[in-house]
Amino acid sequence: MTLKTTPFHARTAPLCVSQAWRRWAGHVVASSYEMVHEREYHAIRSSAALFDVSPLYKYSITGKDAERLLDRVVTRNVAKQKIGQVLYTPWCDADGKIIDDGTVSRLAEREFRLTSADPNIRWLHLNAAGLDVRIADVTEPLAALSLQGPNAREILTQAVEGDVASLKFFRLTQGSVRGTPIGISRTGYTGDLGYELWMDAAKALPVWDAIMGAGEAYGIVPCGMLALDMARIEAGLMLLEVDYVSAHHALIERQKSSPFEMNLAWTVDLAKPWFVGQGALRAEVDRGVEWKFVGLDIDWNALERLYDAVRLPPKLPLAAWRVSVPIFAFGRQVGYATSGCWSPLLKKYIALAHVPARFAALGTELEMEVTVEHFRRRALARVVKTPFFDPERKRA
Amino acid sequence: MATTWDAIVIGGGHNGLVNAAYLARAGRKVLVCERRPRVGGAAVTEEIFPGFKFSMFSYVVSLLRPEIIRDLELPKHGLHILPLESTLTPMENGDYLASWPDHDDTRRELMRHSPRDAEAYDEYGRLMHHMAHAVRPILAMTPPDPTSLDPRDLLTLAKLGGHMRGLGAEQFHALFKLMTMSAADFLDEWFETDVLKATKSASGIIGTFLGPRSPGSAYVLLHHYMGELDGVFRAWGFAKGGTGSVSESIAGAARRLGATIRTDAGVTKVLIADGRARGVVLESGEEILARTVVSGLDPRRTFMELVGEEALPEEFSADIRRFKFRGSSAKVNLALDALPSFTCLPGFGPHLRGAMSISPSMDYVERAYDDAKHGEFSRQPYMDIEIPSLIDPGMAPPGKHVMSIFVQYAPYAVRGGWTDAKREALGDAVVNALARFAPNIKDIILHRQVLTPLDIERITGLTEGNIFSGELALHQLFFLRPAPGYAKYRSPVKGLYQCGSGTHPGGGIMGASGRLAAMAILEDHA
Repeated sequence: MTLKTTPFHARTAPLCVSQAWRRWAGHVVASSYEMVHEREYHAIRSSAALFDVSPLYKYSITGKDAERLLDRVVTRNVAKQKIGQVLYTPWCDADGKIIDDGTVSRLAEREFRLTSADPNIRWLHLNAAGLDVRIADVTEPLAALSLQGPNAREILTQAVEGDVASLKFFRLTQGSVRGTPIGISRTGYTGDLGYELWMDAAKALPVWDAIMGAGEAYGIVPCGMLALDMARIEAGLMLLEVDYVSAHHALIERQKSSPFEMNLAWTVDLAKPWFVGQGALRAEVDRGVEWKFVGLDIDWNALERLYDAVRLPPKLPLAAWRVSVPIFAFGRQVGYATSGCWSPLLKKYIALAHVPARFAALGTELEMEVTVEHFRRRALARVVKTPFFDPERKRA
Repeated sequence: MATTWDAIVIGGGHNGLVNAAYLARAGRKVLVCERRPRVGGAAVTEEIFPGFKFSMFSYVVSLLRPEIIRDLELPKHGLHILPLESTLTPMENGDYLASWPDHDDTRRELMRHSPRDAEAYDEYGRLMHHMAHAVRPILAMTPPDPTSLDPRDLLTLAKLGGHMRGLGAEQFHALFKLMTMSAADFLDEWFETDVLKATKSASGIIGTFLGPRSPGSAYVLLHHYMGELDGVFRAWGFAKGGTGSVSESIAGAARRLGATIRTDAGVTKVLIADGRARGVVLESGEEILARTVVSGLDPRRTFMELVGEEALPEEFSADIRRFKFRGSSAKVNLALDALPSFTCLPGFGPHLRGAMSISPSMDYVERAYDDAKHGEFSRQPYMDIEIPSLIDPGMAPPGKHVMSIFVQYAPYAVRGGWTDAKREALGDAVVNALARFAPNIKDIILHRQVLTPLDIERITGLTEGNIFSGELALHQLFFLRPAPGYAKYRSPVKGLYQCGSGTHPGGGIMGASGRLAAMAILEDHA
């Protein structure tokens, strides 16, 4: 067995001088192209970054009951979704625990595309019983690129034939690049101005070339997963199997999370006719949500003091971490952080953490464990609003 | 009745703005008066040619204090420091020396020149790390007066002594050498590769009137490592939008904290009555009153021009008169139609995104100094070059580029004085010197701006065009900056404070003086 490569591999492989690859859904993708991922990170926030996101799972859902199927599965209201609109949404099991999260794009009245982090074909079929709907896994035939950053619009406008300029946040349109039709959605995983491009895998390379060509004068940088991980933390966006465990993978009940526990209350439409997990989620609201997913800002002065005690300057990892780190209140562990990174842009050490609801109010002072020269210490960490970084250009 | 301010800050340079922001943060009613139409002083971004933006004078952010970035929440106000990670030094023989963001890359590159130096480099780095760590707190410290018996001075001195003792013998001795030796001699103890020593020592002579073989030029070698200590914090690099965006972000923070900033409001005089500063007089004749007046201008401008010797003790006046400026550097800003191609590494490559140092040998840099010693600009100057449009494409129209060339030496007191012809001759010398290593440069220049020390003085007000508001020489540092007894941001005139780079810890876009001065003011008016 070998890992699969993406439709862009012929382009990404020679660019990946670091040879730092990682697995994503059975494919190899670049962790970083350059030896150090710092410039790739800054490109996301300062100019433009191009990601190969082809390994995303993608499903085409068509037919008379396509809307009904999706409305049954996801927590948001698909009946209200306009053609050309994209919804970010989680979906739950019958207990109201998240299975996965992704986007639903309404391409036509009876045509949708669902993206996800994990395979979901079985779940979709299970819920399609009795419905007139066709579900196709288009993960392989559909290549995907993500162009993110302040210059993304300028670059796309030049590289693509289509109405990019007026495309609104979480809307999609059709265009073409050198004769190849592509779907363009104003979406992404960076919390910045950005677009995702969807195209026939067999015709993917000319699209890459066109974007890179047009991007050259605008500081485009091919960008790997290390930089993306930092940007998504700054954007306060959660990641499956890192920040939460899929209800389909969890071995014990407490590994699971509900949308409310993941700061996703805004995605749950309890008022719509019916969806999987609705009853459980209603009950959870009545009972009160026990856990919250919050942003933490770890106090630099506290870090400096801890390191000063061993006569060192504070030393933080250059890349994001994805391990469970204890969070304390009043000297006792009350929760755990699941992702964190130094934000070079914000000049802050930030983390995403699960804490009991009573510790989730903005401004709450908690402590996070930090390992200083092999010894476990605690540093002041304040609950702050997410996204940590939320530029106006994202929606403008 | 005119409004009375708690404080008026003269000069909207970065230190003045930092000072105003901290005073406003403490609830003071602050007015900043800036003579030019824009804030920033020497940290300004200007569109000199249509579509081409330049960090006109100061071009990199060095050691901007992390506490200032945090306290004033500068990222929220637009500060974004981008990495400037490599250095390329083209050599006379067609080879080059480079340092890269990746340690293995840099080591392999050094090994090409000297395997011994490649090993020494890491050990040298470790020693410098220790010294930088010991010395760094000085940047955030109001200089104690070593001759004073004031308990606060004694306490600070004791703390400082503790830091130094913590170094251990080997490092302490190295520190002493670093403070007294020339960069050339100090580096000779470590390395054999001439071009490596030339490039390292060249960074130590920036803005001074010293050559790499002049005693006292070694200690600036530490600065680089002070930057490295910040680790992920990275307060060293290229500001997106140019250095003007640093000033704008501080101004944004100051305004948000309640400070008022007036541009086109040059101050001509500090109002003094009964030995106390009472306010300022603007070029327009307008008088503005304040409890406290803070000057971000250099010591000579502040005391000799705005205050006047008649209001100062004779001894202090003499000290200020003796305070040395001797601007030694020029700036050339080029708008380019395409990228330069270096003979040693032709075409495009990551080396163009970093610094390019024209310091091919120790003799080259020392010879550049020889010209200056004798009152001429260097026929073949040391140059620190960047192409900011490759780091932030917004600096130039798509596909075009801007090049920033820091030039040393160009003495303020050039023989015969600066004339238009001499300015262009300097510009030609710079382009010719660069063309030896990047021959296509002459064909790609769309526009050229040459700024001599006299131009720098005229535009920014920096006396003799000294980029640090007074030479950063050992006899003008710490408790001697700008004058003994007045290094703590205060002055002989009650209510008049100093907050510019002419005070400790001095130049570079550091902001430390502005912050420490604000703390001194708040201490006096608690």
